[in-house]
Amino acid sequence: MRILSLAGRRLAASIPTLFLILIGVFLLLQLAPGDTVDALMAQMGGGDAATAQQLRKFYGLDLSVPAQLGNYLWHLVRLDLGFSSIYGKPVATVILERLPPTILLMTASLSFAFFFGLVFGVVAARGVNRWPDTLISTLGLIFYATPSFWFGLMAIVVFSVYLQWLPSGGFQDIGTVQTGIRGVLDIAAHLVLPTLTLGLIFLAIYLRIMRASMLEVLNLDFVRTARAKGLDETHVVTRHVLRNALLPMVTLIGLQAGTMLGGSVVVESVFSLPGLGRLAYESVVQRDLNTLLGIVFVSALLVIVVNFVVDLLYARLDPRIAAEG
Amino acid sequence: MSDTVLSLDALTVRLPKGADRSHALSDVSLSVASNEILCVVGESGSGKSMMANAIMRLLPNEVTIERGRMMFDGRDLCAADPAEMREVRGAGIAMIFQEPMTALNPLRTIGDQIGEMFAIHTGLSKADIQARVRALLEDVRIPDPKAAAKAYPHELSGGQRQRAMIAMALALDPKLLIADEPTTALDVTTQAQILKLIRDLQQRKKTAVLFITHDFGVVAEIADRVVVMQHGAIVEQGAADTVLNDPQHAYTRQLIAAVPPLKAPPPRILSGKDILTIDGVSKTYRTGGFLGRGARVTEAVKNVSLRLPRGATLGIVGESGSGKSTLARCIVRLIDPDRGSVVLNGKNWAKLGREEIRRETRHIQMVFQDPFASLNPRRKAAELVAQGPIVHGADRASAIAEARQLFELVGLDPSAGDRFPHEFSGGQRQRIGLARALALKPDVLVADEPVSALDVSVQAQVLRLLAGLRQQLGLSIIFITHDLRVAAQICDLVAVMKDGAVVEQGLTSEVFGRPQHPYTQALLSAIPGGDFTRKRDALIA
Amino acid sequence: MDAVKRYFRSPAAAIGLILLLLIVAMAVSAGLLYPRDPLALAGRPLVWPFSNPRFLLGTDNSGRDIAAQIFYGARISLLIGGVATVIAILIGILVGAFAGYYGGWVDNVLMRITEAFQTLPNFVLLLVLVAVFGSTLTTVTIAVGVVSWPAPARLTRAEFLSLRNREFVQAGKTLGMKDLQLILGEILPNALPPVIVYASVVMAVAILLESALAFLRLSDPNVASWGNLIGLGRDVLRVQWYVSAIPGIAILVTVLAVSLVGQGLNDALNPRLKSR
Repeated sequence: MRILSLAGRRLAASIPTLFLILIGVFLLLQLAPGDTVDALMAQMGGGDAATAQQLRKFYGLDLSVPAQLGNYLWHLVRLDLGFSSIYGKPVATVILERLPPTILLMTASLSFAFFFGLVFGVVAARGVNRWPDTLISTLGLIFYATPSFWFGLMAIVVFSVYLQWLPSGGFQDIGTVQTGIRGVLDIAAHLVLPTLTLGLIFLAIYLRIMRASMLEVLNLDFVRTARAKGLDETHVVTRHVLRNALLPMVTLIGLQAGTMLGGSVVVESVFSLPGLGRLAYESVVQRDLNTLLGIVFVSALLVIVVNFVVDLLYARLDPRIAAEG
Repeated sequence: MSDTVLSLDALTVRLPKGADRSHALSDVSLSVASNEILCVVGESGSGKSMMANAIMRLLPNEVTIERGRMMFDGRDLCAADPAEMREVRGAGIAMIFQEPMTALNPLRTIGDQIGEMFAIHTGLSKADIQARVRALLEDVRIPDPKAAAKAYPHELSGGQRQRAMIAMALALDPKLLIADEPTTALDVTTQAQILKLIRDLQQRKKTAVLFITHDFGVVAEIADRVVVMQHGAIVEQGAADTVLNDPQHAYTRQLIAAVPPLKAPPPRILSGKDILTIDGVSKTYRTGGFLGRGARVTEAVKNVSLRLPRGATLGIVGESGSGKSTLARCIVRLIDPDRGSVVLNGKNWAKLGREEIRRETRHIQMVFQDPFASLNPRRKAAELVAQGPIVHGADRASAIAEARQLFELVGLDPSAGDRFPHEFSGGQRQRIGLARALALKPDVLVADEPVSALDVSVQAQVLRLLAGLRQQLGLSIIFITHDLRVAAQICDLVAVMKDGAVVEQGLTSEVFGRPQHPYTQALLSAIPGGDFTRKRDALIA
Repeated sequence: MDAVKRYFRSPAAAIGLILLLLIVAMAVSAGLLYPRDPLALAGRPLVWPFSNPRFLLGTDNSGRDIAAQIFYGARISLLIGGVATVIAILIGILVGAFAGYYGGWVDNVLMRITEAFQTLPNFVLLLVLVAVFGSTLTTVTIAVGVVSWPAPARLTRAEFLSLRNREFVQAGKTLGMKDLQLILGEILPNALPPVIVYASVVMAVAILLESALAFLRLSDPNVASWGNLIGLGRDVLRVQWYVSAIPGIAILVTVLAVSLVGQGLNDALNPRLKSR
């Protein structure tokens, strides 16, 4: 209960942050050359000034900047993100349609990176400065240095073009829409390469932090106590070291939630996944600023939610958190 | 002795290349019998802790046992394989450590960690283990054992944590208990309780105890036999009475002599004029809480009034958390007091603005506790000492020249000014800190635990230096310490603090000779080896 | 000098430095070896690498020399990575130093802003900045720097928080030093080493960010950049995969070199970690 109220308080504290972001980005976008109406007119193939003025009035773009900002925030409180003229739908609808692939991709990548980062980190730390450690650390460095979009392209060349094991893009087969278990398998097959691509750099980061934090914890006094009790090395690690060493890694998940979401922009573009990241890219190219602002809002919200979960997890792992209040 | 539990025979432990010496231990031979406490005494670097780790075969990676034997329970531990060692650890030989906070896993409950002993070495059921843990916690007299078993380490006090460690160590009735400075991190009253507990349990269970300490007071309190170590070798061993009263080796004599006497020297004549008066100073901290809810309020300093006569030394003594350091920082305005006045040279120091403090600060200077942390590692020694005068407008060249003179004053080689702090020993660094404070020619020196981080023999040298400078420069000193022996040695006046308030103050000889407040009495009687020192002091006098 | 010796004790750090120097050499010699505009038409399109001695690494879809683009691309990557890193580290130190030293409401306000920057995915912010200010070399560099400062700011703040209560800083205060003297003269020199080491991480990320932006064709199209080339090669990926593969390897090697140098610096500046 204490834990929940604690995390809840952190959540409440992030509301001003959210508004700070929105106001900042809203004002920033005012500086952009051209507005929604320009984009719309361009799509319609041009139009006269009178139409433009009418449209501006319709979208409330003729008001002063503060009034527009007030308008926007007022709509936002009622969960109205405005209208996307490019897609001809409310922004909220567009985003909701694009959300599932992104969330699926992030969850899969995070699980992949976390699990293997943990395992490799522990293995490397146990054999520090011997060949498994050298191998894992070297691979970690190379993974970290690999541009994700390039890795994705090369994976397509190898696994889709030459080996033809996996689809090269998309979220599911367009030709034959499958349902039930086969539909799930189909989506899973489409997500294998994107998951690896997005997760690779995080795998590298997690294994490095896990290795370092294992080595650090292994040097702490209570590990000596555990050994002095007559515990064997395996149990020293599982019962005393692991949970302590996990703490920095859990913190890192929260800190990097935003980076991961940013990474999905590139990965979704490489694999033509109809997700939030690709939507962000498209709205920049098409100058759909309303949608872009909506994406900023939703992605900040996503990061805040991930951090809320991480806070809960951390407090469960570390009893000292609840005591600090 | 017939019932020898552990005997070391010419144990030699090799250090890795690049260490400051080749061997951590050379030809160490000793034995511990059941139902006796063997104290191993030595200063830092004597190899005493390394010995404890060697016996447990828990040496750091590159440190190896070169030769020798460690006979325990009919076998040589030097030759035992890892599985055999694991059986010995915990069940045959158990260990307690200096810092009970870090020696316990912060993420698991006390009961869980004690119970692990049974889980490793016995086949007891969960319920049985729980009952045994409860009984153990009762044995070590932890208040509310049931709650303590469910508590996490951070929820207990330092003394309670050490009790839990002892309960864990004695869980399986080991034949030998190794205690590595188990009371060094504790306050003096808690220390007395823990020493008594170890003594009681040892006598009841007939355990052999190898007790490692740097403090001859503790030795006098608890030892049956003593081993004195220096640079990794044993210089003297024998029955406690013999070693304490008739030390043979020069080093032993030096160590015993360095334990400060408890009796204050005859009082000096004090000036009738006060240089510094502190009146009704208070400081309250509010921590945590959100928008004022659930905030914890700590009254660190409560309405403290003190007077420092010109040329005198006022000791402020108390245990950790008594507010003595906060008070010291209020006096030099590193912390702003909430209420009260600090009058120095007729100016109310507590009310000065930031800019004025910067200007006036040369009249009152501070010496800090930690000789490692109190010097900027990136500046040369002479520069560190010259900094103050430079800040106050002296030109660089003359300030540096003056700094070199100060080096001589505090007993350092003037040519050492070009070296960086890490090239000096702890005692030398503390001298640099002293020179830095003196460079501004202050009227009042506030010294916050200036000798606590030093070995006893170095402690004595620095105290002598301070006493000499006081005479030579006419300094008035406020001396903060937790160590009553140190206070007795150097202070003309003492004030005893508890929970932020001064409970007793007066001439040192009076306060220590005829303590009035029960807390002062408790503090004085808790000093380890008190009886021994009093007897010795009487002999000397 | 000890630090230099410690640095070269690690073969990985030495390799990293050699690689980095090679890349710098490529950037410097690009004009000498390939005096012509790297984005100008040079020959037949899609010549495979090693098949024509004139184009050692082949040509791309529009017949431009890939090797020339790799050499000139080194300039762009190092330039953007370097300048963006300097921007990010400077902002980070400024924000972190003030937040950590003064604490209280200053810290509160500055950390709220830092948090806002960290909550917004950095690549999304990068997209917004590019959408608003356009995709020239200057704007992209500044934008990459602006999205990269929060982590160094947090690091600097943490260092300042722990150092400002250290006894030598308090000693400086009792000597009568002003805040700025304490910040610049006493704390900063001690807080700097980990921040400098972290600069290598910032630089690695900056190079990756720019190349990703270029891959999406949102960076400056008028310069020869590795990311641009990968994006271009995507159109012919199924057969002439080398167009994308070669510049990718260049990025990988550069980021690897920067990381290795950073790690070597870390071990050289914090020797105790290594010896344990």
